[in-house]
Amino acid sequence: MSIFDKLFGRKRSADSAKERLQLVLIHDRTDLTPAELDSLRDDLIATISRHVAIDEDAVQIDVEHDGRSQRLVADIPLKPAARRRSKRAK
Amino acid sequence: MPAQVITITSGKGGVGKTTAVANLGVALASSGSKVVCIDGDIGLRNLDVILGLENRIVYDIVDVIEGRCRLKQAMIRDKKLPLLHLIPAAQTRDKNAVSPSDMNRLVKDLRNECEFVLIDSPAGIERGFRNAIAGADRVLVITNPEVSAVRDADRVIGILEAEDKGPGALILNRLNPSLVRSKDMLSPDDVLDLLAIELIGIVPEDENVIISSNRGSPVAFDQKSRAGQAFRNIARRLKGESVPFIDWENQGGLWERIQRLAGRK
Repeated sequence: MSIFDKLFGRKRSADSAKERLQLVLIHDRTDLTPAELDSLRDDLIATISRHVAIDEDAVQIDVEHDGRSQRLVADIPLKPAARRRSKRAK
Repeated sequence: MPAQVITITSGKGGVGKTTAVANLGVALASSGSKVVCIDGDIGLRNLDVILGLENRIVYDIVDVIEGRCRLKQAMIRDKKLPLLHLIPAAQTRDKNAVSPSDMNRLVKDLRNECEFVLIDSPAGIERGFRNAIAGADRVLVITNPEVSAVRDADRVIGILEAEDKGPGALILNRLNPSLVRSKDMLSPDDVLDLLAIELIGIVPEDENVIISSNRGSPVAFDQKSRAGQAFRNIARRLKGESVPFIDWENQGGLWERIQRLAGRK
């Protein structure tokens, strides 16, 4: 236990339980393992990169839930295309 | 009016299915409804001992299904509550002796016999569970505020949805209010947030549950027990009454709060 933990109290076990369950339930409900999610991420990056320049390191793919329904949420930042745009402007 | 058929299931074993069926049976029968409880756990019969009826079994559910006795002969009447009946599970027979269509037929025959049919499901998600939910109008999923029980409950809720048996309702059993207050137990809000299902009752951890099962007299008979009160409240909700939930998390003097609620009626 670090000094920080001692000073502010360890995270309570109920919070760990809830966080762990949230992750486990997403995978149970979708049959999507973390490894499959990674490979999906790689495929998405490859596909999108063929059309537009993206910031690969910042790509985030998550499964979110709304009630009992699951949703795949992808946040894919695009690289600035300043050169291309200025060319077109001329 | 034909009976409401309610199955109680959980996925995980040992979370309180049989206790809940026995107590809801007692609470519903005490309030004037004719109830038939069915033990759906073929090979691992237990509802009889919880209800204290183990010495009165002559015929069981497989005898009814295979035509060795009439339905009424297998319905054991409770010692104290003439409106409460039990159809026991078979103890020694093959688990596959009962099929979902057998259960549907049995439940159909019972609909005109009583107001409530309560079915005690076995643990797991195999044949016995499928049998137990086959004829149900409504499924109550029971869980404890623990990671394994909540995970299995989620699995079961998913299956119920896929089978169009949903949405179902949740009984949160064995809640320890002081552990919840010290944040060392999942709170009712946490569990509802995770499972996203309607709540029908919260039953606090109560040593009277063990004491009453030792005696074969369900805790719902005990007017002073907290768990008994919680089961009686669930029974009233099943009958369509709107009964406020006890706030187990934020109460100071637990005892006073309960007595107040118990007295409120």
